[in-house]
Amino acid sequence: MQSYLLCVEFIMSEEIKKSTFTVTVDNITLEVPPGTTVLNAARMIGGDVTPPAMCYYSKLQGSGGKCRTCLVEVAAGSTADPRPMPKLVASCRQTVMDGMIVKNITSEKVQDARAGVVEFLLLNHPLDCPICDQAGECHLQDLGYNHGKAGTRYQFARRTFKKEDIGPYIQLHMTRCILCYRCTYVADQITDNRVHGIVDRGDHAAISTYISKAIDNDFSGNMIDVCPVGALTDKTFRFKNRVWFTKPVDAHRNCENPKCCGKATLWLRGNEVFRVTARKDEWGEVKSYDGKTGWICNTCRFDKKQTTDWTVEGVTKTSRHSVVGVNKYEVLNKPKETMTKVMNGRDPKLLMNIHEVSEVNPTK
Amino acid sequence: MQPLTNRAKSVSRKPLSFLESIYLPAIFKGMLITFKHMFTKNPTVYYPEKKREFSPVFRGLQILNRDEEGRENCTACGLCAVACPAEAITMEAAERKIGEEHLYREEKYAATYEINMLRCIFCGLCEEACPKDAIYLSETFTPAEYNRKQFIYNKQELLIPNPITNKEAYEKALGNRPKKTTVNS
Repeated sequence: MQSYLLCVEFIMSEEIKKSTFTVTVDNITLEVPPGTTVLNAARMIGGDVTPPAMCYYSKLQGSGGKCRTCLVEVAAGSTADPRPMPKLVASCRQTVMDGMIVKNITSEKVQDARAGVVEFLLLNHPLDCPICDQAGECHLQDLGYNHGKAGTRYQFARRTFKKEDIGPYIQLHMTRCILCYRCTYVADQITDNRVHGIVDRGDHAAISTYISKAIDNDFSGNMIDVCPVGALTDKTFRFKNRVWFTKPVDAHRNCENPKCCGKATLWLRGNEVFRVTARKDEWGEVKSYDGKTGWICNTCRFDKKQTTDWTVEGVTKTSRHSVVGVNKYEVLNKPKETMTKVMNGRDPKLLMNIHEVSEVNPTK
Repeated sequence: MQPLTNRAKSVSRKPLSFLESIYLPAIFKGMLITFKHMFTKNPTVYYPEKKREFSPVFRGLQILNRDEEGRENCTACGLCAVACPAEAITMEAAERKIGEEHLYREEKYAATYEINMLRCIFCGLCEEACPKDAIYLSETFTPAEYNRKQFIYNKQELLIPNPITNKEAYEKALGNRPKKTTVNS
């Protein structure tokens, strides 16, 4: 026993000396710094080999390890100890070892387990996507679509909760919650006093505020952005429009709040701002600028709903497969005006303005 | 030149015989064919008085469905509008208030719902996209109108009559097509 421990210690110290570890994810080998989690190593590769994550959020310390959607198979633990790990591991918590071989999409076991996890996540999820404001940018929707089964085997009544008002800005739908704890981490790490958390245990566990207290911190709106499902949604946007009918544009403003980055995505329809969110990266997380996460304050998010409040930079790039990009015309090639040329430099005398008659794109 | 088919017939250049030159047998032959048609079944119908049955796959004017209690099925989820290739559908959602439970089936409903029938190509993708059993293509034509504005059908024009207050009209609007069995949770 003693010698075994010594041996392990030796291996560990040998490995720590190395500056980079070699890890293979789905037959793609790369070098990562020690202490990187398997999930982050896979994210460095990007694309299909990245396991989906519902609770892990790279910008929130301590998140992860709750939803089990990022399960991967470790076919070889390390070069020193090449035995496979007996169970599937949560890639957001498992750090890489030198010579580790990880299987994600190449492992049938993982695909099977993930389908099971999705089924569990959807046990109590109400599937009210037609009325949910998150539909179209919901991570659980994507996950269910990619990994889930079409039907449910659950025959019992889904858990329901009493409706609770948690303030003027955020709408809480506890039935949709998957208990990822991201919003509590936001409250702990971004805002200065947390007034909400998870109350009760097991099947009764619910997000709630301390005796119906309103969440009114200046950065509380970021909970909406980190929520992977429609449990926390923007009350000012509630039922206003579907996500895919609004056009996202990047915009910024000089926010007085020193902690607010002032860079946001405006969701427009015509010139009307329906919603303001922080900008998201390819993993659906809030973007970072120079190592600082771009959280935005509640003033930017809920009160600045005029295009004149913002400096618009341009249309947000959306994935070609995203429903948000449907029916949006990014480049508008207007035909050249030929009338003046035909009439030898004279302008036609217009008796009426078609834009005012039809009320389509009026000039005023 | 080689003929393309073997159906080509060479034209006879013989002079007409006596019977052929008086034309009467050919005229009677033709008249007989015309006469025969007076006793066969008429392939046309007298349209406004008599209407022909639609084929089971006919796609006509849209209707917005109600459930058995007369509540509107539509929740303004926007899937029909996003599925529409002609971009003919627009809608605006609103939240159901307390006391309106008998009007709308779900928490959210369509406050305005418009279909531009000049744009609509009657492809039926809206019917296929609908998760709430709310929109159907009926067995009706779009009637002619005098101006373009009247072709934009609003929610009141699209809604099926209420099965509780106006049962007769509801039954009529359902038509006599066999009802589709949909798998719906």
